[in-house]
Amino acid sequence: MEIELFQDRGNLVVRISGELDNHFAGKLKDAIESEWKRDMAWNIIFDLKNLKFMDSSGVGVIMGRYKKVKEKGGKIAICGLSNNMKKIIELSGLLKLVHIYEDVETALNELALI
Amino acid sequence: MGNKNYMKLEIPAYSNNESFARAVVAAFAARLDPTLEEVSDIKTAVSEAVTNAIIHAYENEIGIILLYSFIEDSSLAVEVTDQGKGIDNLKQAREAFYTSRPELERSGMGFTIMESFMDEVEVETVSGEGTTVRMVKHLSSKKMQGEKSHGTVE
Repeated sequence: MEIELFQDRGNLVVRISGELDNHFAGKLKDAIESEWKRDMAWNIIFDLKNLKFMDSSGVGVIMGRYKKVKEKGGKIAICGLSNNMKKIIELSGLLKLVHIYEDVETALNELALI
Repeated sequence: MGNKNYMKLEIPAYSNNESFARAVVAAFAARLDPTLEEVSDIKTAVSEAVTNAIIHAYENEIGIILLYSFIEDSSLAVEVTDQGKGIDNLKQAREAFYTSRPELERSGMGFTIMESFMDEVEVETVSGEGTTVRMVKHLSSKKMQGEKSHGTVE
């Protein structure tokens, strides 16, 4: 798994590629936490377009971040979902808590309007 | 003539073996010519079962995980067995959102995902002895669908 983090207009964009499972969940959580504490971005946008695999470990990480972002009044957006990942996110109830967009550009534009 | 085959795999409960385990089962299932979505479903379910063994069954030790998979006609069965601590309250463990280890940010969705991505899920567990998760997926072979759409098979 590879993680790329960058800031854009008060959003923290988390771009993940490869496979996200329990083995890498801790690494992803730590990477986001360190960036989050440093910059206090408002929203977190997960870009999963290049993610080839995700199981419930990924849901755990997103859910954990949701709780923190919500405390500060921010939102979570997820982009580039495959059918399989969408099913997992739907089953876990996350679909009701996060915003789903086609791509990061749309997420950045839409989140600015909410 | 029936289509039959099987494979066995033994791995230590290292978390970096999760990807290996699901890749092996996916490669084995490829013989049934599954759709991409079916392969994803199988990989996800196997990943959940193996992760449970690593995180819960062998909480403080590196035990052994056995994977046994077999093909019968167009069905794929996968058994994931550990010799760990067992599940004390299976009914609770199978409930969505329940996790015995919230400190790890687990979503509690493992069994729910296995149940919705596979056609059958059975769990056998004995406290202090271990757990076996048996899952079956009935595959809609692409090859057969293709033949059907060409009218060669009724």
